[in-house]
Amino acid sequence: MNPTGIGAAVRRKEDHRFITGAGQYTDDINRLGQAYAYFLRSPHAHATIKGIDLREAKNVKGVLGIYTGDDLAADKVGGLICGWMIHSKDGSPMKAGPHPALAQGKVRYVGDHVAVVIAETLTIARDAAEKIKVDYQVLPAVVDTASAQSSKVLVHDVAPRNTIYEWELGDRKATDAAFAHAKHVTKLDIVNNRLVPNAMEPRAAVGDYDSGQDAFTLWTTSQNPHVARLVLSAFIGIAPEHKLRVIAPDVGGGFGSKIFVYAEETVCVWAAKKVKRPVKWVADRTEAFLSDAHGRDHVTHAELAMDERGKILGLRVKTIANLGAYMSTFSSSVPTYLYATLLSGQYDIPAIHASVDTVYTNTAPVDAYRGAGRPEATYVVERLVECAAREMGIDPADFRKRNFVKKFPHQTPVIMMYDAGDYRASLEKAMEVADVKGFGKRKREAARRGMLRGMGYSTYIEACGIAPSAAVGSLGAGVGLWESAEVRVNPVGTVEILTGSHSHGQGHETTFAQLVSERLGIPIDNVSIVHGDTDKVQFGMGTYGSRSGAVGMSAIVKALDKIEAKARKVASHLLEAAEADIEFKNGEFRVKGTDKKIDFTSVALGAYTAHKIPTSEMEPGLKEGAFYDPTNFTFPAGCHICEVEIDPETGVTRVVGYTAVDDFGVIVNPMIVEGQVHGGIAQGIGQALTEGTVYNADGQLVTASYMDYAMPRADNLPFFQLGFTETRCPSNPLGIKGCGEAGAIAAPAAVMNAITDALGTEAVPMPAAPLAVWKAARASAGTRQAAE
Amino acid sequence: MYTFTYHRPTSIRGVAKLLETDEAKLLAGGQTLLPTMKQRLAAPKNIVDLGAIDDLKGIERKGRKVVIGAMTRHIDVQNSPVVKEAIPALAALAGGIGDPAVRNRGTIGGSIANNDPSADYPSACLALGATIHTNKRKIDAADFFTGLFTTALDDGEVITKVTFPMPARAAYAKFPNPASRYALVGVFVAKRGRDIRVVVTGAGNGGVFRWTAAEEALAKRFAAKSLDGVATPSANLISDIHGSAEYRSHLIGVMTRRAVDAA
Amino acid sequence: MATVSMTVNGRAVSAEVDSRTLLVQLLREHLRLTGTHVGCDTSQCGACVVHVDGLAAKSCTLLALQCDGANVVTIEGLANGAKLHPMQEAFREHHGLQCGFCTPGMIMQAIDIANRHGIPDETTIRHELEGNICRCTGYHNIVKAIGAGAQAMAGLKQAAE
Repeated sequence: MNPTGIGAAVRRKEDHRFITGAGQYTDDINRLGQAYAYFLRSPHAHATIKGIDLREAKNVKGVLGIYTGDDLAADKVGGLICGWMIHSKDGSPMKAGPHPALAQGKVRYVGDHVAVVIAETLTIARDAAEKIKVDYQVLPAVVDTASAQSSKVLVHDVAPRNTIYEWELGDRKATDAAFAHAKHVTKLDIVNNRLVPNAMEPRAAVGDYDSGQDAFTLWTTSQNPHVARLVLSAFIGIAPEHKLRVIAPDVGGGFGSKIFVYAEETVCVWAAKKVKRPVKWVADRTEAFLSDAHGRDHVTHAELAMDERGKILGLRVKTIANLGAYMSTFSSSVPTYLYATLLSGQYDIPAIHASVDTVYTNTAPVDAYRGAGRPEATYVVERLVECAAREMGIDPADFRKRNFVKKFPHQTPVIMMYDAGDYRASLEKAMEVADVKGFGKRKREAARRGMLRGMGYSTYIEACGIAPSAAVGSLGAGVGLWESAEVRVNPVGTVEILTGSHSHGQGHETTFAQLVSERLGIPIDNVSIVHGDTDKVQFGMGTYGSRSGAVGMSAIVKALDKIEAKARKVASHLLEAAEADIEFKNGEFRVKGTDKKIDFTSVALGAYTAHKIPTSEMEPGLKEGAFYDPTNFTFPAGCHICEVEIDPETGVTRVVGYTAVDDFGVIVNPMIVEGQVHGGIAQGIGQALTEGTVYNADGQLVTASYMDYAMPRADNLPFFQLGFTETRCPSNPLGIKGCGEAGAIAAPAAVMNAITDALGTEAVPMPAAPLAVWKAARASAGTRQAAE
Repeated sequence: MYTFTYHRPTSIRGVAKLLETDEAKLLAGGQTLLPTMKQRLAAPKNIVDLGAIDDLKGIERKGRKVVIGAMTRHIDVQNSPVVKEAIPALAALAGGIGDPAVRNRGTIGGSIANNDPSADYPSACLALGATIHTNKRKIDAADFFTGLFTTALDDGEVITKVTFPMPARAAYAKFPNPASRYALVGVFVAKRGRDIRVVVTGAGNGGVFRWTAAEEALAKRFAAKSLDGVATPSANLISDIHGSAEYRSHLIGVMTRRAVDAA
Repeated sequence: MATVSMTVNGRAVSAEVDSRTLLVQLLREHLRLTGTHVGCDTSQCGACVVHVDGLAAKSCTLLALQCDGANVVTIEGLANGAKLHPMQEAFREHHGLQCGFCTPGMIMQAIDIANRHGIPDETTIRHELEGNICRCTGYHNIVKAIGAGAQAMAGLKQAAE
């Protein structure tokens, strides 16, 4: 095996700069003459703006400009967009209210943008903002997801009953028929708690305008700078694409929250021209809590129908999803095509019907957060399956085995065609790693210490590698979801890979280089990965949905194929042999059956000197580009098993064991893949145990800092036990399925199944924080005693 | 932050003089004050940094008492051989405040003067019967903590040291807020001769308080079992998203038992 | 404005600062040492941890003026030329970082932990990381890295004695 090739645990190339403090994040970018932006935000969840008096604020020394929604409108700056059209079941298009970057006439959530102050220093900007007098007429707010449709309060006039769309998927009649024949029906009411993504680097932007070139540059914390440029150009109208450069330098985590185009970067880049100075904005953590797009927030009623042997006959799901006060960039797709299409789980379910209503409320916009729709689906399916097994007195693992999809390809009733997998293999391996056999003994031992021990499974599936462009186009996406790559071989044989993927922690500089090192047989240090700059990279759709391996690397493979084909031609001329006789292995081109050979570096040089190649037949140089459009989604799947101990006296839940056995197809770098799983699990355990976003009835965000939003910390988590199974993904050249979201998708159900097992009640909400668990433990004490 | 003038006096006398100036605020470790100022929730015109006054630092044993200078950092109390030997519960309490970086800066005087209802130190002071020394007088801990974020300190008064009598047995049991890690409920139990104190922090709307029913029960026999059937305090308790008043009331019982067991 | 002088990464520095200037602002904005990060406003995330007079401190919760005369070490001051500090090496070797944003604070805190505990066990490391939040790694590899880094530090210390 190539020690720096595919499958090797290569230490990360990017680490040196991060461990020495030499990373370059957006807040580390400082432009000559830079000014600072401060956003005046709404303190009210819902209010009409009757007037804004800027006079006193404008007189503050050091203020360069103060702008409101009227100024943006005067400059014809368009509103923020949602790029995925969803139609209701009656055929009507979704009802999207206007989303101006700075409020026009109304504010709709606490943190909504009222005005921007640009000043010599941030302190001056903030001081001046305090002198802005806004005349609000405060309106009642609608906050609660479940009751938003019956509220008298209307967030947007265009959306009666605060309903954006009423969508459905699957066959209602067939599902009703399945339930009519059922011997047992399991019913659950489920709330998927709202989360705040909390990438450790807060969002930031630096806008700059070059009057000589009439061109803008925006440094911003983006997972997809080309998409940001496209939206800022084509929809918001800042500048045409060739006059706008977007750079996403080192980005300190995204988890979805940095996919979207927000008000702040829009205003910063626009204002740079207004004040004729570079303009910097960096969110503080409270601003991040208030205005980053949140995740999840579903209220669901779900029912599962079984025959007498526990074979699943049908699934019925009704979900209300809260999208907040405005539709964010891709919010409409999350509770629909990223959610209901996964409701078949790993199971062969003949009939499924899902209906999803999305609602506006006076809360921060909700959009994709690690997993995006798939954690919500997994939580519904895996809680239902676990409950069904318990109710029917069947071992939860056996229940799953009875219902697993076993033949591939498998067409589910909800669009997806699963292409490969072995669900039983990952379940059995996980049971072995987690020592399921020894659980009873451990539970009895815990009981002697007064602790309640429980175990829960989550056999999840996800659809990643998004996505075939035609498929998503037919479902309403406003963009194609291919990826691009360019391979530049330099005359000395070093290689630059320009990719449209963007790394914000994933380690692409290493894994992508491993692919090149393996394919071209060159040292990994001779490869550099270029990403995150629209002036350098041709185009790209960015990194989210665990797509960079499956889609981004496939584009590189395609470009490398072209490089190899051309290099072979060059080599044939240099070796004076027929092209058909040339073989390429370990970085050497060799004439078959001879010892005549030439290394890759010499071929590169030969391509550039062009002394020995017939330039009338072929071009000099060695540089190729490719666009790769996937032919299917990929379907990572696996089994996670969680073991918890609950102190019934305090309600404190400790995760004492966590096993994850995942099938990600081919793994490029096991060290990095394990790291991705660890992080995902931590976020999933966070959702299950600690992270709850609370708005009060007035729409004030109660959990607006780490004082009240409980981030998982090192002492909340154990070491995780990881294992892998492998079924190759048949739809892409490398056989990769993707690994970025699995942990966040699988973990909440595994943890909650363990907690409900320990307590002997299904009525435990997420997050299962101590107060909630203590209440549930108290309420269920009688049941547990009766069981003993 | 709003603008202020920074002072760094080198003597207590200098401090007292500066405190006479307009809206002056003492800066000890700054681990609470500075975040508050950063969020523009406090706007003192003058900041008087106590960091240069060496007299305020240090720990010493005087007979059956431990004397801790007001500017002694939590880490120094946590690691002090003197405290660990004389009042191990106090060292353990100090080692559970905030996080290591906070303990490296935060001070006992700052914590006591702030009297945050979720702070740890006030419970120890009250339970151990500490005396708070200022530049003007000595104040019994029982008279010092007067309410939420309020103390008996007058304007111009500076805590110089705190004297803790050594208990026969003592322990602190803390249930941390899952988010902030401050005490959701903390109970300091101390036994000194026949004097038994059970002091609760984190739970009371009025700040730290004694649970006298538990003290009486423990006076009969100093064992967790003695608390069986004793109703936990339920009046005037804090209720928030992390802990209802009912939950806090329950936790007072649990933490008290655990503290008694550990003492 | 007032003048503040201190040693940063072994170099004497002084700057004219507003009284409100935090140590982290002095480092990032005046000295352009941007390795120290700011991740929250409530002194909880630990992205800003540096060493002040040998002890870990949150540089977002210290006035620059409080540090007059102090000896400050930041992430940029750890490596000895091209030779990385053993804790830096351990974070790379054990994949103790992903996006890198919390990493400088984590490494500075990790060294502080090793300084106080020698070779700490898992429970100690997890408890001592209470003031450092990471969103990427689930702490798994950070805990491993700190254990290994502490061991390497102890080895170096022993070799020096």
